[in-house]
Amino acid sequence: MKRLILNSLAMLVLMTAILGLLYPLATTGLAQLLFPAQANGSLVSRDGKAVGSRLIGQSFTEPKYFWGRPSATAPMANNGASSTPSNQGPTNPALTDAARQRIDALRAADPGNAAPVPVELVTASGSGLDPEISPAAAQYQLARVAKARGLEPAKVQQLVARFTSGRQFGVLGEPRVNVLQLNLALDALAKQ
Amino acid sequence: MTTNDFIQVAVFLVVLLLLIKPVGSYMAQVFADAPNRVTRFGAPVERLLYRLCGIRADEDMGWRRYAIAMLVFNMLGLLAVYLLQRVQQWLPLNPQHFGAVTPDSAINTAISFASNTNWQGYGGESTMSYLTQMLGLAVQNFLSAATGIAVLVAVVRGFSRRSSLSIGNFWVDLTRSTLYILLPFSLILSLLLVSQGVVQNLKPYVDVPLTQHITQVEQLKDADGNPLKDAKGNPLTKESPATVQTLPMGPAASQIAIKQLGTNGGGFFNANSAHPYENPTPFANFLEMLAIFLIPGGLCYSFGVLVGDRRQGWAILATMLLIFVPLAIGAVAAEQAGNPALHGLGVDQQASALQSGGNMEGKETRFGIAASGLFTAITTAASCGAVNNAHDSLTPLGGLVPMWLMQLGEVIFGGVGSGLYGMLAFAVVAVFIAGLMVGRTPEYLGKKIEAHEMKMASLAVLIPCALVVVGTAVAVMAPAGVAGVANPGAHGFSEILYAVTSASNNNGSAFGGLSANTPFWNVLTGLCMFIARFPLAIAMLAMAGSLAAKRHVPPSAGTLPTHTPLFVTLLACVVIVVGALTFLPALALGPIAEFLISAH
Repeated sequence: MKRLILNSLAMLVLMTAILGLLYPLATTGLAQLLFPAQANGSLVSRDGKAVGSRLIGQSFTEPKYFWGRPSATAPMANNGASSTPSNQGPTNPALTDAARQRIDALRAADPGNAAPVPVELVTASGSGLDPEISPAAAQYQLARVAKARGLEPAKVQQLVARFTSGRQFGVLGEPRVNVLQLNLALDALAKQ
Repeated sequence: MTTNDFIQVAVFLVVLLLLIKPVGSYMAQVFADAPNRVTRFGAPVERLLYRLCGIRADEDMGWRRYAIAMLVFNMLGLLAVYLLQRVQQWLPLNPQHFGAVTPDSAINTAISFASNTNWQGYGGESTMSYLTQMLGLAVQNFLSAATGIAVLVAVVRGFSRRSSLSIGNFWVDLTRSTLYILLPFSLILSLLLVSQGVVQNLKPYVDVPLTQHITQVEQLKDADGNPLKDAKGNPLTKESPATVQTLPMGPAASQIAIKQLGTNGGGFFNANSAHPYENPTPFANFLEMLAIFLIPGGLCYSFGVLVGDRRQGWAILATMLLIFVPLAIGAVAAEQAGNPALHGLGVDQQASALQSGGNMEGKETRFGIAASGLFTAITTAASCGAVNNAHDSLTPLGGLVPMWLMQLGEVIFGGVGSGLYGMLAFAVVAVFIAGLMVGRTPEYLGKKIEAHEMKMASLAVLIPCALVVVGTAVAVMAPAGVAGVANPGAHGFSEILYAVTSASNNNGSAFGGLSANTPFWNVLTGLCMFIARFPLAIAMLAMAGSLAAKRHVPPSAGTLPTHTPLFVTLLACVVIVVGALTFLPALALGPIAEFLISAH
C-alpha cells in the first residue's frame, strides 16, 4: 500500500508538471507566436490605445449609438470581470417585466417606430457580454441612429454592412453585426 | 425549425461520423496489447515516466489491484486540488489576488473535477488564480478523463481476454490515455480555438475606457454581507458612473480544449462556452461540439476493434445515435418555437434571413438557435456539462431534453470512457432480458452473463437513478435546499431536479439560477458526484474481473447476435425504459408542468 501511494504521488507530480505547466506554457508560447492578436483578447484600438475588444460587448443606451444585447451582469451591464446570464426561466414574470422595460426604453428612444422589436434586443445574452446583434436588430435601430446623428440612412447602412458577418463558411451559426466596432466607426465618422 | 437548423445538425453528424473510424482505430492501437507504431513512438517517454515513478509497467493487475490503484491515484488528485484552492492566496500566478476558497466550496470543486463532473459552484474569473486553474483544475481535466478511458479499456479486456486473472495495468492505461490521446488532441484543438479568438496568455486583466459611460448599480450590504433593504423591503442600492470595462485574460484555450475533449465541462469563465473569450465564433462552437463527441464516439469503434468484431462497436454507436438524434432535433425545435410569454408584447420571435428568432433569452447572437440547441443536447448526452447558452432559460421542453439525456445515465456517448462502460452495463442487462425471453443463459461477446455480472451491471445502472431520486427528495424537503431556488413555480423544482441529476450523472451543467455555492448544496452535490463516479467504476471493474476469468463460449444457433438492428432496438428500449420509468413522475412535476402552464 505504501508503495502504491508513492507510485501515485510520483505520477501525480510528473503529470502535473506535464499537463499543468508544460502544456499550458507551450500552448501559450505557440499561441503568442502564431495568433498574438487573438491570444491577447482581440483588442480594438483607437488612436493607438485599446478601447475594447471585438469580442466583448459594451453597453450603449444613447439614441446615437446602436444598442447591443441586454446584459444581466452586475453591478453594471457588460461587466467583463463577471460574466453571467439572467438565468430567468421562461415562465418567470421577472423575464416578461424585463422584456417590457427594454421595449419601452427602445420605443422611448425612437418615438414613432412601432415595428415589432427583434427578440435579441429584449432578451439578455448567455454571457452578458454578447458583442453582436442580428442584422434584423441593426435594421430596427438604423433610422434612429441616422436621425440622432443627422446622417443619411444610406451612409449608416453602409457602415452596418461593413461590420456584418454572414454564417461562417455559409452554414455555421447566424449572421451578425458587431456593435462596438460599428459604434466606433460612427464616432470616427462624426469626428471627420 | 428552419432549413438551416436542420443543415447545421446534419453537418455536425456527417463530420462526426467521418471522424469516428480514424480516431477510433488510432485509439485502438494505443491500447493494443502488442507493440505497434503508435506505442513504439512514445516508448522512451513512457519508460522514463514509469522509471521515475517506480512503476513496473509489465505488471498485469487483477481487478482489485487495478481498482485500488485507480482509487488511490484519484483520491490524491482530489486532495491536491483541495489544498491548492485553500492556499492559492500565498502562491504565485494570482494577478487578481484572489483569496482562499471556502472549505465546503473547495471540497465540492475537488470532487467535481476529480470525478469528471466539473460542476461549478464558483465563478472562474472571480475565484480561481491562474495557478489553481492550471495546476489543479486543468490537470484533473486530463486525469479524470484518462481514468475514465483506463477503466473502459480494462472493462473491454474483461470481454476480450479468456481465462485470465488480470485486466491490464492501470498506470500504463492512464499514461497512454493522457500522452497519446488527450494531450496531442488538446494541443491541436487549443491552437485552433486561439485562431478563432479564445485568449491564451498569462497577463493580468486589461482595463479599457468605455465608449459610452454608463451607470453601475451596487446593492448595499451590511457588515455581514446581507443585502440592506428599505422600509418597503426593496433592496437599497447606490448608483455611480462606470467608465471602465475590465477584460478578463488568462490561459483559457489550453484549458477549454481539454474541458471539451475530456467531457469535463468546467468553464474557464463563469459563462462557460457562452463567453465570447471561451467560444468566440460559430466555427469555434462547432469544434467544441465535435470535441465533446469525438473521443466517446471514437471509443465505440476502438471497442469493436479490441473485442475483434467491429460490428459490435458500430451497433453501440447506432444505439447512441438512435436516441441522440431525435432528442437533439427536439431541443432545437422547442427553442426555435420561442417563448409564448413574449408573444403579446410586440416582440418579433420569427426566424428570417435577418435573425434566428426563437427563444433568445440566455443565448448568444452568433450561435442563434441551432448552434445553441444542438450544443445543449450534445453536452448533456455526453457527460460534458459545458454550456453555450443558459439552460435555466430554455423553454420547458427545451429544458426537458438535457435533463432527460442526463437521466438516461450518461450512456448516450456519455463521459470519455465512462459513457461506453455505462452503455456496456446496459448491454449486459439487455442480453439478460433477451435471455429471459427465450430461457437461455445470456451471453455477450462470447462470455456467459451470470449472477455476479448481472449484480454489477444492475448496480452501475441503478446507482445514478437512486442518487437522483433520493437526492432530489432530500433537497426539496430541506429548507436549505429550497433556499437556493431562483425561479418561481414548477421551474424552481426543475432547478433542483436538474442540479441533482447533473451531479449524480457526473455531467456538471446546471440550471444556473440555483444558488448552489452554499454548504448544503456543496455537500449534497459533492456526495452525489463522488458516489456516481467511483463506486460505479469499481462495480464495472469487478464485472470485468469476473468476465476475464471466464472461458470463451463460441456462438451457437441459440446465441442472440448483438450487432443486428434488432439488438440495437432492444438496447435503446432498455435505456429508454429505465430512464422513463424512473424519472417520468419527477419530470411531470417540473418541465412538463411548466410546459402545460406556459402553453395555456
